[in-house]
Amino acid sequence: MLKLPIYLDYSATTPVDPRVADKMIPWLVEKFGNPASRSHAFGWEAEKAVEEAREQVAALVNADSKEIIWTSGATESNNLAIKGAANFYAGTKGKHIITVATEHKAVLDTVKELERQGFEATYLEPQPNGLITVEQFKAALRKDTVVASVMAVNNEIGVIQPIAELGEIARTNGTIFHVDAAQATGKMPIDLGKLKIDLMSFSAHKTYGPKGIGALYVRRKPRIRLEAQMHGGGHERGMRSGTLPTHQIVGMGEAFRIAREEMATENERIRMLRDRLLKGLSDIEETYVNGDMEQRVPHNLNMSFNFVEGESLIMAIKDLAVSSGSACTSASLEPSYVLRALGRSDELAHSSIRFTIGRFTTVEEIDYAVKLLHDKIGKLRELSPLWEMFKDGIDLNTVQWAAH
Amino acid sequence: MFQPIYLDHNATTPVASAVLDAMLPFFAQQHGNASSRHEFGRAARRAIDEARQRVAYAVGAHPTEVIFTSGGSEANNLFIKGGAANLVAGTVAISAIEHPCVREPAKALRRAGWRLREIAVDGECRLASADFHAALAEQPALISIMLANNETGAIQDIPTLAAQAAATRAWFHTDAVQALGKVSLDFRSLNAAGVHAMTLSAHKLGGPKGAGALIVDKRVDLAPLIDGGGHERGLRSGTENVPAIVGFGVACEAAVNSLKEVPLQMRQLRSSLERGLVAQGATIFAAHAERLPNTVYFSLPGIDGETLVAKLDRAGFAVASGAACSAANPEPSHVLLAMGIAPETARGAVRVSLGRQNTADDVAGFLRALSATVSQLQALTSLATQVVG
Repeated sequence: MLKLPIYLDYSATTPVDPRVADKMIPWLVEKFGNPASRSHAFGWEAEKAVEEAREQVAALVNADSKEIIWTSGATESNNLAIKGAANFYAGTKGKHIITVATEHKAVLDTVKELERQGFEATYLEPQPNGLITVEQFKAALRKDTVVASVMAVNNEIGVIQPIAELGEIARTNGTIFHVDAAQATGKMPIDLGKLKIDLMSFSAHKTYGPKGIGALYVRRKPRIRLEAQMHGGGHERGMRSGTLPTHQIVGMGEAFRIAREEMATENERIRMLRDRLLKGLSDIEETYVNGDMEQRVPHNLNMSFNFVEGESLIMAIKDLAVSSGSACTSASLEPSYVLRALGRSDELAHSSIRFTIGRFTTVEEIDYAVKLLHDKIGKLRELSPLWEMFKDGIDLNTVQWAAH
Repeated sequence: MFQPIYLDHNATTPVASAVLDAMLPFFAQQHGNASSRHEFGRAARRAIDEARQRVAYAVGAHPTEVIFTSGGSEANNLFIKGGAANLVAGTVAISAIEHPCVREPAKALRRAGWRLREIAVDGECRLASADFHAALAEQPALISIMLANNETGAIQDIPTLAAQAAATRAWFHTDAVQALGKVSLDFRSLNAAGVHAMTLSAHKLGGPKGAGALIVDKRVDLAPLIDGGGHERGLRSGTENVPAIVGFGVACEAAVNSLKEVPLQMRQLRSSLERGLVAQGATIFAAHAERLPNTVYFSLPGIDGETLVAKLDRAGFAVASGAACSAANPEPSHVLLAMGIAPETARGAVRVSLGRQNTADDVAGFLRALSATVSQLQALTSLATQVVG
């Protein structure tokens, strides 16, 4: 028996894996010490757990645990990385920043804030497949480019940017290279031993860990320095003060341990489900996949359904918990800025659905989704005069609409 | 099994069982992102709204005045740095006994061109009235004075101070992290007296680590510290930590419901603890100030605080030699130095902070362990003196 609604929004957040929750709970109740307490065993055991989790997070991305700084989440990590590096190196390197128009708001809004403070920014426009090219990046780099920030995996369309190549180029230019990897952990291998990446943001709650915890990788060789954004007791080697939430840190460690061990087999299963979903929907007329299908994580399918009004579609498929546009901006009725940046029309951007599949998705759920979408899109189009005109062979772009 | 007695509740507290029960569903079953529009997301949003009401109600604020953060440190940073961002550089006035998460952002302002004015305290950890008035004469734009000190437990008369500061038109903030749940807080009346913002934290009152709040009068023109997505009225972006926020709400509610009995019970325990300490020759810091009912900060002549707490830990009693956050710092407490306590006395400082689970047996056991440990240390010292002599 299927349980409704079906959760297909794993890129917005994931449930905490039961194994992760089991590991977390003791740190709330019996082992509740403050990891900064140095005078008793409650503090020491909490500190030990924090350091073990740091090792687990580092292991997933082949980093040294000393390169991992705990934060409250990827948004804070992105703020700390970009503001912290831009402010620290502006005097020696310059005040130019490069990012991509399809980055998460946590990066875009941060860069905008730096623009208000006197930095200059270049926003790279992606190709229609959602990717930026190495040439674009090269062309945008300047002598005074202090920070470049490019996400590993896009939250809406799941495409994977060529971070390895971009990192090489940034390093040659002496530009600090930051990568938002919130959507990448557990979905693609990341080897910071090889990648020329200086700063990388992580989130626990996109990888079956708890909300409220994230991390920032800060390279030690060559050493990257940051201006702290949160000051206080000098936790996290002075880069981020505040009492460490032990249970959340332990949860992130366990979630990343599981990701490292199970990623290969899990992603194969998830890719099979995603392909089943894509195949099931591809016989619906006038559908468009958004974003490159090759350079893409296996969890994501983003599709536009032409001649269907986006809001009506979301209402019609209430049994599916999906997202139209990213969760953080979906309270607004603006079409997705990511899809607009790919050159999609407002109509196609509005009628897009992001399906993101995860650890607990089943074949039955995918089949139910396929059937529901077939039914509902058919019904909505039956009611649509535009669909009728389209079927009659009228090119809607040539229609002169009367003004009222 | 040997179970140590925890007497360090100003560092952090265990999560109460009702709090844990309220949090658990939001890890797995109701795991939605509160920004999502589907049912999972709406359930998370409702839970946050409810928690916001609970927190607001507990401190007499309006729910729209509650900005959730990752904790007390972030809330203090948000007020100091976020408040300064929209002002021309001027003077920031803080007391000399603030927690590092107020002092350090204030120092960061100084690096950015602000003047930092520290206001002195007297020997009882009370703000020195003359120096406070002198600081006000310097027309500060931001003032931050903690409601209750984490080390001594001394409580400042915030309504009076805020009223006196009103003429400066400064934004007045108080760090109430240690006060929440131990004394009654009413933001409406504080606000009427001239307090514009107040910092809270969940993990000091039986809530989880990872949640806190800035209660803020909407007239304060704050800039966010963390950009991206526009959560919390644009003042704090980032996916909300739903379980921790829910836990914070329940912990606040529980604390307020027991605000009549628990502090009274703690005060009684503390009285017997203090009687025992004084009998053993201890000096109690800020003894004559109005203090949090759970906190005792003391030193014993000739005994090093670090050594003493290490011995007490082995004897099964968890206490602190200073604030947890700076416990790695071998310098004597800045709070005690500000009070004019001699460095050698300050190095002996030990803090006992009681919690609602503590009993009369815990206190009696602690006093026995302390007496035994101190005799042992004194014997060692006299032995060392003899050997050297």
